[in-house]
Amino acid sequence: MTQETVKPQEKEALIELLYQLADDDFILSFRGSEWLGLAPHIEEDVAFSSISQDMMGHANLYYNLLEGLGEGDADKIAHLRSVEKFRNAIILEEVNGPGTYLKEPDYDWAFAVVRNYFYAVHKQIRLDSLRHSAYEPLAEAARKIMTEQYYHLMHWEIWFKQLMTSTDEAIKRMNTAIEKVWKDFGGVLTLGPSYADIVKANFIDDEAVMKKRWTNKMEAVFKEVGANYPGEPRMERGNGRNGVHTEDLKHALSTLSEVYATNPSTGW
Amino acid sequence: MSELKNSMTDTVMDALGKVKDPEIASVSILDLGMVHEVEVNEGKVKISVLPTFSGCPALHIIERDIKKAVEQLEGILSAEVNFVFTPAWTTDRITPEGRTRLKEFGISPPPANHVMGEPWEIDCPYCGSTYVTMENIFGPTACRSILYCKSCKNPFEAMKPVADMG
Repeated sequence: MTQETVKPQEKEALIELLYQLADDDFILSFRGSEWLGLAPHIEEDVAFSSISQDMMGHANLYYNLLEGLGEGDADKIAHLRSVEKFRNAIILEEVNGPGTYLKEPDYDWAFAVVRNYFYAVHKQIRLDSLRHSAYEPLAEAARKIMTEQYYHLMHWEIWFKQLMTSTDEAIKRMNTAIEKVWKDFGGVLTLGPSYADIVKANFIDDEAVMKKRWTNKMEAVFKEVGANYPGEPRMERGNGRNGVHTEDLKHALSTLSEVYATNPSTGW
Repeated sequence: MSELKNSMTDTVMDALGKVKDPEIASVSILDLGMVHEVEVNEGKVKISVLPTFSGCPALHIIERDIKKAVEQLEGILSAEVNFVFTPAWTTDRITPEGRTRLKEFGISPPPANHVMGEPWEIDCPYCGSTYVTMENIFGPTACRSILYCKSCKNPFEAMKPVADMG
């Protein structure tokens, strides 16, 4: 189906899904951009900023699909929505560590690697499903995004496996980060309250099927690096798909929209 | 009439051949295989363009440059640029001319008919040596990687292969 042929009751579910996809990439890309100049070495700075740029492009593709469905101008959707309208998973909005990129950033690289790797694995699974989506413009966007995501996944997988098989210090920090991410990663794996309608319209595979694919992959990777699999990923701080968020998202949105909000009618 | 229309399309194509990628000044958008379709209808032109990388900040500049180049042609009233994703842009759309131009710019062109996941063979654009090392798969722009030639001791860049993943 296309923009013209999607039925009203399906459209609502589709819009819900698109906000999840867009907001996940949008906020994690923003967190990635905060690392600019602070990554462990210059090559990583180049790589991480390039990945963040791609991901902001992916968010933009989804926001444009929302614009096509009558949700308003893509820039406004990204910049001027209130916090409770965001549908990203809570773990993706969490700050990179103590401090800010301007003042005493004491960011946690293990957390960056773990969060981005787990997310990239799931994103790959999601895209594999979305490229067959019943909504053709979404399938097209997914096929485009996949060509870039391929390099992102490879990048984070290398970091993850290397640090997990590195020094005691590295392994200790990685395990602390895994524990932290695991508490809320369940929020990435859910399609939220509209899940049944989203799946019924064949916009994406069942969340249980995709979750199983993710846990299978994770179990294999944990085994490969000799780590204990932590069990069921949780959703301790609530479901971002319901519009539940933390102060971290509020601060992030006010920072990233600061310039835009001064004059939304100007072309930035 | 149709002959006239064809010649108009040719004129538009010639103009597009002069629109360069703002980040790789020697290569045109035609050489990169970014132009999908050109429709000329009573002085109105519709051009569909395939974006290379989705976060590419040069897209707005490319759109502006296309409009500028085409709208100044005699007999053209307006030009409309649409970015489309089907067919997907892949690196085997780059023309032989484009591949030569990339090399001149110090960028090794991606292998033709690349299959994602298979080894990526890269020759030094300066000396042709295959004795090269990958310094960073990510580079100064979304579409480029950074390498070093162990033979002629030059750093260089390579365009990342992008193949349709179905």
